[in-house]
Amino acid sequence: MQAGENTLETVVCETEVEIKNADGLHMRPAMQFVDIANQFECDITVSNIENTVDGKSIMQMSMLAATCGTKLKIKAEGADAQQAISDLQELVEKKHFDEPTPNKQKKS
Amino acid sequence: MEIKKGIAVSPGIAIAKSLIIDSEDYLIPQRSIDPSQRRVEIQRARNAFRDAINELTQFQTEQETIEQRNIKDIFAVHLRFLHDRSLRKKITDLVYSESVTAEYAVSKTLREIASHFTKEKDAYISERAADIYDIERRLLKQLLGKKREDVDHLTEEVAVVARELSPTQTAGFNKKFVKGIASDAGGRTSHAAIVARSLGIPAVVALEDLTESVTGGDTVIIDGNRGIVIVNPDSETIQQYQQYSEEFAELEHRLDKIKQKPAITRGDVKIALLGNIEFPNEAELVLQKGGEGIGLYRTEFLYLNRPSEPTEEDHYQAYAETVSVFKHRPVIIRTVDLGADKYTQSKRFAPEPNPFLGLRSIRFCLQNLTMFKTQLRAILRASVLGKVKIMFPLITNIQESMQAKMILRDVMEDLDEESIAYNKHIQLGIMIETPSAALMASTLARDFDFFSIGTNDLIQYTLAVDRGNELVSTLYSSADPAVLRLIRTVIQDAHKAQIDLSVCGEMASDPEYIMLLLGLGVRTLSLAPPMIPEIKQIIRSVTIEDCNNVVRKILGMNSERQISNYLRDATRKILPEAF
Repeated sequence: MQAGENTLETVVCETEVEIKNADGLHMRPAMQFVDIANQFECDITVSNIENTVDGKSIMQMSMLAATCGTKLKIKAEGADAQQAISDLQELVEKKHFDEPTPNKQKKS
Repeated sequence: MEIKKGIAVSPGIAIAKSLIIDSEDYLIPQRSIDPSQRRVEIQRARNAFRDAINELTQFQTEQETIEQRNIKDIFAVHLRFLHDRSLRKKITDLVYSESVTAEYAVSKTLREIASHFTKEKDAYISERAADIYDIERRLLKQLLGKKREDVDHLTEEVAVVARELSPTQTAGFNKKFVKGIASDAGGRTSHAAIVARSLGIPAVVALEDLTESVTGGDTVIIDGNRGIVIVNPDSETIQQYQQYSEEFAELEHRLDKIKQKPAITRGDVKIALLGNIEFPNEAELVLQKGGEGIGLYRTEFLYLNRPSEPTEEDHYQAYAETVSVFKHRPVIIRTVDLGADKYTQSKRFAPEPNPFLGLRSIRFCLQNLTMFKTQLRAILRASVLGKVKIMFPLITNIQESMQAKMILRDVMEDLDEESIAYNKHIQLGIMIETPSAALMASTLARDFDFFSIGTNDLIQYTLAVDRGNELVSTLYSSADPAVLRLIRTVIQDAHKAQIDLSVCGEMASDPEYIMLLLGLGVRTLSLAPPMIPEIKQIIRSVTIEDCNNVVRKILGMNSERQISNYLRDATRKILPEAF
């Protein structure tokens, strides 16, 4: 344990996102998600109605099996929680994991 | 130390570290460990993750040129899983809480995850189960100590342990490193056993649950003489076996001395000993062991292990290579015997429900004429190089035999038109390996120059026993009186018609059956090359009168057990070292 960790301010951030890409949270999106999550120090959990999982574990994230339209709650706890939530929200709701959404036709 | 009993199918002793192969579609059995071993297993699991990551990373850099994003992504995802601490923890926790092996924990955990995906209604997500299985394989490959692809690149001596081995797999083994073979399934006449025998690798099969008792890297003793496998032997046992192994080598050496002596009985009756081979490079082995020709040249190998059908030239090269070794000694080439457990099933959309009674062997050829004619052309072309004979397998009636002959005549006419040379008087024979052919032998004999009794299939079809099914394999016996009656009929009919007769099934390489066969009137045997010296020694130790007496006794017996016991005792008197 690093000394001084306790002196860090504990920030808790939460948001709800909706999966909008057509194929849902399959392997590759799950990978993108955990790759971003792992860039942060804070603990990140993701919940659907039934389960809460570790947002840094690809196994747990992919097992959520969130399909298009599923709503997920992302919770971050730690110094850089704010940034983590905003980056993850952008990935899920703005970038749609760089994948097509049901409304949009696939680009080439 | 654990001792397992199976069926000895290829003689010799091997003491080596085990290599477990063929985990692919096979459920890793649950195997409990002593709690004190848990730390070792957890470390093995961690190492497996580390090694799998290294392997995958290296593979990725090698594949850098891959343009397709999705292929790159697949490996990237696998790598994330391998780096996933919670996955690793789930596995090591399982090892700890249930005291199981690392491979079982890996398999159980990943299969649970996979089944979680399979249950999802969304097709896209449920298909991800395949990725999980792939990750399972990656880890198991590390834990089970290399796998199939690595069997080709062995650098140290191993004993191969598997649930089941295919003949193709077995044939690919490098004899220099693969010192022994042991499998859960299989029987004395399964094709993998035949291949092991011809390669001269000690093998024991039908061990039922051996793979549950062995972990990759365990020391095992494979006793191919007595049908025993010892897992993690103590030092005393190893010592005993080393001594036994030396003694056995000495016996082999002694037998080697009689290689150059003729195969004649004590009353000077000449017996022809030929070799059964599968690959052209085995021809040399037949000569080394004192064989006088090839009595059964199996040609299926040409079709296995290759993406496309062999060309006429592929066939010709293989035959020419073998024939050139034997020059003017006989080489009997059997036309392809594909089907049932081999090849053809994989080409079908749906497997035949009952392949051994299905489209196999000559039936398959008669329905695939282009393929059949290609082979016949190649054999005929090779016939000018030596004393080649053609043999058709699995004939069941006169029509089939006539049809096969007609097609051969067509091919001959084609060659005539193209002025390609071949032996116009090439000898033609058939395998007698179905009860119907045995019963019709007197009629079939009119159309052919020779018969060869294929005892393996003849026994299977006569007794209605699947030779590879452990549940009934004890019913499969060469000593069954029904089988012996059929064999006797065929021999008598061949003699009446004055055509050549040989026995090329496993019976001909079993020391216990030699006196019986000689007594029944057989004078030509074709067998696995490594067995030739031992069989020759038996022949040189008996008189035909002894053999006739054995037959006379046996014809009065009605039970398989009585007959096999009698034969064992009779042989033991002749060649005690063989037991």
